[in-house]
Amino acid sequence: MTDPVLVIIPAFNEATRIAEVVRSIKAATGNFDVLVVNDGSSDRTTRAAEKAGATVVSHPFNMGYGVAIQTGYKYALQHDYDYLVQIDGDGQHDPAYIPKLLEPVQKGEADFVVGSRFLGCDSYRPPLARRIGMVLFRTIVTRVVGQKISDCTSGYQAFNRRVMRFFASDLFPCDYPDADVLISLHLASLKVSEVPVKMYPNAEGKSMHSGFKPFYYVFKMLLSIFVTLVRDRRLYRGDDQ
Amino acid sequence: MTPNQKVFALTVCILVFVITVNMVRKRRLREEYSVLWLGISLVMFILVLKYDWLVMLTDLVGAALPTTTLFVGGIVFLILIAVQFSIKLSTFSDQLKNLAQDNALLRSDLEQLRTPNSEEHANDGNAEV
Repeated sequence: MTDPVLVIIPAFNEATRIAEVVRSIKAATGNFDVLVVNDGSSDRTTRAAEKAGATVVSHPFNMGYGVAIQTGYKYALQHDYDYLVQIDGDGQHDPAYIPKLLEPVQKGEADFVVGSRFLGCDSYRPPLARRIGMVLFRTIVTRVVGQKISDCTSGYQAFNRRVMRFFASDLFPCDYPDADVLISLHLASLKVSEVPVKMYPNAEGKSMHSGFKPFYYVFKMLLSIFVTLVRDRRLYRGDDQ
Repeated sequence: MTPNQKVFALTVCILVFVITVNMVRKRRLREEYSVLWLGISLVMFILVLKYDWLVMLTDLVGAALPTTTLFVGGIVFLILIAVQFSIKLSTFSDQLKNLAQDNALLRSDLEQLRTPNSEEHANDGNAEV
């Protein structure tokens, strides 16, 4: 197979929707392999995903979204995939946009592509508090990177092997990887670009950012961006070799 | 420092030292975690015996009483212990994460190898990470 692509889906207790997501990815992409990283679910996520035709890697216990996607990157590296697409398991991301997301990466125009809900695809509008946070981090990232990134918190991404290798290292912030990741990619001299994608609201209204988590998220992200900026730049540049 | 305070402080220092050494001897405490405990008990012991040094240190830090210096020293020591534990916890968290990821990936490879129609990708796993 030339240019094999792996689609990874981090999933935690997504038994009700994971099969549909896997099937719609298969339908949209044809022959792409799909990997579901089951992050210690207590329901039948594994069985549902396997029945739908996905390969499943299961964590022995729940370790969070960031660790789950990093497991997917390590899997892709170990199994020699050239490109990786990351998509949420709750059905928020429309798989029909996977080819568009992959295009700049496969053409070599970018190492990392973010699917943006703010570039005119008529996506849902997140709640006000979230939008304020998004504007804050978008401003910081745009200033630091020197390139406009409209959707810093999007988990709908595509990237190549150089990025996989970078993300599989200990430099990857497993605790809410978002804006800090974009800054570290810039420091590692990796090309980032955005394409418009459609995103839907979560059907069950379930979110990683509930309770006091948004406050922790903002604090953690600001700290992570600060330490990323004051860290020795050679750490980021040397990692690629 | 009154004789009673002196005896009490010395007794505490000796007890901390003996208990720590005993726990290391019984392998209930690793050497690396005993260093701070043994160090602080020795420093406290010397400062209680060499009262002049304690007074000098009290003047240096601007404390009102030598006993205050000892208490502040104890609090600083506890903060150092907490920092040491935080560093260790961070290391263990990273190691645990990597182990769990390796475990999940190996299990997945094993299951694919056991499946008769395993995909060709499953066979060329290995290396690079």
